[in-house]
Amino acid sequence: MSAQTKTFTAKSSNNHRITEPAVVRWGLTVIALGFLALFLVLPLASVFSQAFEKGVDVYLEALREPDTLSSIKLTLLTAAVTVPLNLFFGVTAAWSIAKFSFPGKNLLLTLIDLPFSVSPVISGLIYVLIFGLQGLLGPWLQAHDIKIVFAVPGIILATIFVTFPFVARELIPLMEAQGRDEEEAAMVLGATGLQTFFRVTLPNIKWGIIYGVILCNARAMGEFGAVSVVSGHIRGMTNTVPLHVEILYNEYNYTAAFAVASLLAFLALITLVVKTFVEWKVQQQLKNS
Amino acid sequence: MKLFKSHNNVLPGFAPTLGYTVLYLSLVVLIPLSALVFKTAEMSWIDFVETVTAPRVLASYRVTFGAALAAASINAVFGVLVAWVLVRYRFPGKRLVDALVDLPFALPTAVAGITLSTVYSPNGWIGRILEPHGIKVAFTPLGIIVAMTFIGLPFVVRTVQPVIEELDTEIEEAAACLGANRWQTFRRVLFPLMTPSVLTGFALAFARAVGEYGSIIFIAGNMPMVSEITPLLIITKLEQYDYRGATAIATVMLVASFVMLLIVNLLQRWSRRYAA
Repeated sequence: MSAQTKTFTAKSSNNHRITEPAVVRWGLTVIALGFLALFLVLPLASVFSQAFEKGVDVYLEALREPDTLSSIKLTLLTAAVTVPLNLFFGVTAAWSIAKFSFPGKNLLLTLIDLPFSVSPVISGLIYVLIFGLQGLLGPWLQAHDIKIVFAVPGIILATIFVTFPFVARELIPLMEAQGRDEEEAAMVLGATGLQTFFRVTLPNIKWGIIYGVILCNARAMGEFGAVSVVSGHIRGMTNTVPLHVEILYNEYNYTAAFAVASLLAFLALITLVVKTFVEWKVQQQLKNS
Repeated sequence: MKLFKSHNNVLPGFAPTLGYTVLYLSLVVLIPLSALVFKTAEMSWIDFVETVTAPRVLASYRVTFGAALAAASINAVFGVLVAWVLVRYRFPGKRLVDALVDLPFALPTAVAGITLSTVYSPNGWIGRILEPHGIKVAFTPLGIIVAMTFIGLPFVVRTVQPVIEELDTEIEEAAACLGANRWQTFRRVLFPLMTPSVLTGFALAFARAVGEYGSIIFIAGNMPMVSEITPLLIITKLEQYDYRGATAIATVMLVASFVMLLIVNLLQRWSRRYAA
């Protein structure tokens, strides 16, 4: 009994030495949470408060407006094209980079990350410089009556650019960590390359793919700067949801602007929930293995 | 092709997957970006220098880089604090708070822009409290700092958090046994271990803030020479069909972001060596 008490007190005095006094702990926690409340919670709450300020009817009315509906359609279309393309790229890039070694790998990795360090405005500008009227391919495109910039294709191209690295940068470290033992075993046992990928690799990287796709999708639906440069802002034609929010806001139609913005805020919250769930799931998996 | 194959690798599909990777990367990223360089090369050197050093452009650099520096510094201080509190302390709702830190990554920038300018405008939730004290945030350079702080917030937290999780409590015990008080232990023992990750997070937040557009333009006021950021100036030039001016300024921004990318890479290499 006395020995037990002794270890207990020894332990608690040890604990005391490697943590702060309770007052400091509480003080720091309050400051940190206060900072987050000020910069994260209040702005988020404000979106919904402004959206519902004039009641649910006005809110629903704003969402049912034809221009709003067409912007939602365009955003869904953009994400539906962008996400699968970047997913396919992410998986192929991760396969070649993580499962094989070759010279120039680090350079390739840096280049894949490049779109993250380019300002969104520049991401849009480069497509105007190529496909715009004064651009490199401009005269040819005009002669053949093809419109890319200030039309839907430009919006999709710019979105592909800004969301380019998401899936790849999620999968590469994951597949590198998993090594290639399991795939090699499958091959030696007579599986074909595709069988190996679908039966061995894919189940292993399932959560990484979901993680990358959900982040890629959030950015694709929410991108503003790059899309704003290439869109041309034609109401009901080339307006994505974020661009529509800007137009409504600049017309002082605040309730409608925040109503549409609340859709994007919902999307962000769902993204965070799925992201947290996947992180938890991966941790469980690591614990079990 | 033999040169590229690692010996004894029985896995198939190297050539097609690497080929597709390089092709897609070139089509989507490298060729479009090089268009920027080509367009700039059409300008004479004197023309270029004159464009990128015009007074209004210089003022926009000052606003952009100055505000980004301030925002990244705020994030460095509070990011370390938030990361520390999230790892070391227990409080109700901790997991929720932890998940919420990534909100600026997930919330579209236009939404962040309009809600921040509403909250900080003179009759907004926070602006209303600051107004009587003579502090104006929305439509001033201060607003730019607020928006940049918002979008850069997760970077420092997420780079420092894993480092704090990995800290060995034994070294803290050792420091305590050797007579250091808690503050000395933090300053002399723990903080040096966190420094590389804090600097990496700072650089990432800074780089993101410099290029940011969507969340800033709503709150900035966008007055030339006072609160006009460089990305907005690029768009203004484009809307005036001054493609050359826009391209020249964009090239300066692009070079700046490459330099920052290089710095971030070096910092990450340094912190990895530190961790090993």
